[in-house]
Amino acid sequence: MIRLLLGLALIATTPARAQEDVTQFGNGAEAMLIRSTTDIAIIQPVLERFATLNPNLLITYEQWGSNALFQHSKSACKTGEAPADAVFSSAIQQMVWLVNSACGYRYSSLETQALPPARRWRDELWGITTEPAVIVYNKDGLTNEDVPRDRFALLDAMRTRPDLLRGRVATYDIAASGLGYLFAYGDSLEATTFGSLIEGFARIDAVATCCSAHIIDEVAKGRFLIAYNVLGSYVANANLPGVGVILPEDYTLVLSRAYMIPRQAQNKQAAILLLDFLLSPEAQELLAASGLVTRLDESETGLTPSARRFIPLSPALLVALDQNRRAGLFKLWNDAFNIETAR
Amino acid sequence: MARLHLPHSLTARVLSAVILILVLGGLLVALSIWVNGRLAAREAYDRLLLGAASDIAESVRIQDGAPVVDLPVSAFQLLAQAPDDRIYYAVQVPGGPFITGLDRETMILPPDSIGAGPRYFAADLNDEPARFVRVTRLFAERDFSGEVEVLVGQTLQARQSMTASLMRDALLPMAVAGILLLIMSWIVTRSALRPLEALSDDLTGRDPYDLTPMPSDGLPRELQVMLGAMNRFMGRLDRQVDTMRNLIADTAHQLRTPVAAIRVQAEIAQDDPDAPARKRALDRLLGRTRSLGTLLDQLLSRAMVIHRIDSAPRLPVDLREVALEILEERDHELIAPGIEVRLEIGEDPVLVQGDAFSISEAAKNLLRNALRHGQPPVIIGAERANNRAILWVRDCGSGPDANIAKQLGDRFNRTAGTGEDSTGLGLSIVKSTAEAFDGKVEMTADTTGFRAALNFPAAPEGGRA
Repeated sequence: MIRLLLGLALIATTPARAQEDVTQFGNGAEAMLIRSTTDIAIIQPVLERFATLNPNLLITYEQWGSNALFQHSKSACKTGEAPADAVFSSAIQQMVWLVNSACGYRYSSLETQALPPARRWRDELWGITTEPAVIVYNKDGLTNEDVPRDRFALLDAMRTRPDLLRGRVATYDIAASGLGYLFAYGDSLEATTFGSLIEGFARIDAVATCCSAHIIDEVAKGRFLIAYNVLGSYVANANLPGVGVILPEDYTLVLSRAYMIPRQAQNKQAAILLLDFLLSPEAQELLAASGLVTRLDESETGLTPSARRFIPLSPALLVALDQNRRAGLFKLWNDAFNIETAR
Repeated sequence: MARLHLPHSLTARVLSAVILILVLGGLLVALSIWVNGRLAAREAYDRLLLGAASDIAESVRIQDGAPVVDLPVSAFQLLAQAPDDRIYYAVQVPGGPFITGLDRETMILPPDSIGAGPRYFAADLNDEPARFVRVTRLFAERDFSGEVEVLVGQTLQARQSMTASLMRDALLPMAVAGILLLIMSWIVTRSALRPLEALSDDLTGRDPYDLTPMPSDGLPRELQVMLGAMNRFMGRLDRQVDTMRNLIADTAHQLRTPVAAIRVQAEIAQDDPDAPARKRALDRLLGRTRSLGTLLDQLLSRAMVIHRIDSAPRLPVDLREVALEILEERDHELIAPGIEVRLEIGEDPVLVQGDAFSISEAAKNLLRNALRHGQPPVIIGAERANNRAILWVRDCGSGPDANIAKQLGDRFNRTAGTGEDSTGLGLSIVKSTAEAFDGKVEMTADTTGFRAALNFPAAPEGGRA
């Protein structure tokens, strides 16, 4: 019976072409479909615990690229076909767009009410993680003095030592990664340093490429000396001794992965259970162990409260998705970078 | 006739009226607050909408012959003042290309409008009611000229919650005030009605035969009026009961002797074989019967007078007419045939407020006494002197002894001089009548004769109906 259902669940999910990976947790009778941008390896402990707590569930977890997930959720919302039961993505501007287009299901509980306003919108979208955008560097390639503690140091380094850094500074390709775009957009709002950064990147032929894991890997190997605006959680999870992490001291963007329950979700009850579980202290501990929740206390990170720039879940993020704005940012970006990603 | 069913208790009536007023007033005020709150919320958030739309319109520029929007974050931060509301925006050339917007597939059509000013309208945004503003900007560049239209919309949650909070803020104190008013009106009603309760307690606890006046000290004016009326009524009842009691006692007392005498005379007449003795007895029997008749007349007359004193309305009475009527009835010719009775009245009316019948009965008694005890000629007259109206009877005798005069007016005052025909009731009627209309009985004797008079306060001239 279980096998049959499992087979059915697989059939039901196979038409979703664009997912990168699929895993299942639990072996209950009740199907639940989660779509997320989070790497399975990182989220696995939390979902395993959730499956243990809810043995009646058969959880199918699909890992997607953020833009593909957005397009798919959008069409699922409009046509009502193949909706997920829960969607959570690091490209929170896309999630805000979905909720703004009435694709979300409204829910409120003590756990969700305890979230700060910046991590909750309309009771339809919730921020479940705390992840800073960091600069990572190769410990062997850079001496301690050369390590840029903030953007100004990075700018100086790019200006004073272009030969060392040429072709060895990387960041996300914003066209391929919704998260990379979000960070670039966040930086673009800090107008003063953003212009100089782009200029600096252009001067040293910086590389824009895809995917956190890939970037971090290349930093560990020493191909890249510095990677800018990498999601801290992936670095912590990779656990590579040769890779150093810096929370930029001028300001550090902090992202909270957004969780929503699609309006057409088949199993809203399971999605609600998962949401309340993810916000519970136990799950937050597990997420912290996976690096998805970073403690940002001043004593640990040296980051002043004013330097922590939470990206709030708010309709203002819709600006990030505006096509004219995107076009402008892309143009700036493409002029500055060597694009590695296949388009 | 459908009659409104009112609760029986005054407190309940007052309270239900107060509640009705409060509820109606509350509803009216709540309605007006709601309307005002809605208006205020709409204006406040319409300004945000317009601000955002103008911001976006400002950011439109022409680049390579096409309009381009450099979407300002500030516009969206403005809209995020309504933190939980969904947003819509679109920038387009009317009827032409879509420049940018939230979603190319979600089209909101503005109503047709003339004029360049901002235009607000309502429409549904993804099945939720929302309010929109349309702002246009005109370009006249070398490579682009025409109109660019900016549409910005927002769902209504923040407006509704602002309206609700405005209403809550205004209604809460109102509700508290309403409750306070209710409590206060309950207390006030209770304290206002407390004398009434005391009164009804007093009445409930009262002996049904107790007709003494109820104390009215410290009572509100409205109740004093009622209580005064009630006390007057009880007083009258008391006097009437007294009168009845007296009448019955008097009648019993007075009738016993004559009836016994009549029986004795009748037995004598029956038993006595001697014809002349029987005739004498029959004569006495006749005399006794006649005086019994007079007695009954007087008893009835007195009862009548006393009854009327309490119950008959007081009307202006001309004492001259009273005197004239007494004379014209010619009763005196029956009582004392041959005695001359003269009338002495003036030109002007002599008016008093009183009851003509009672005064007339009193005057008749005075006349009867004069005829019976005085010396002819007897004169009856009415005059007005110093705001007093006087009806008098005068004879030429010396009047009663001072001792007897002192006791005049007591009931059944029968002394040695009292004849068989006299009942002793006459002057009692006179005295009662005089006192009933605030007057007095005057008896004056001088060398020319004796005068008995009823002296009343005069009624104002022209008071005659």
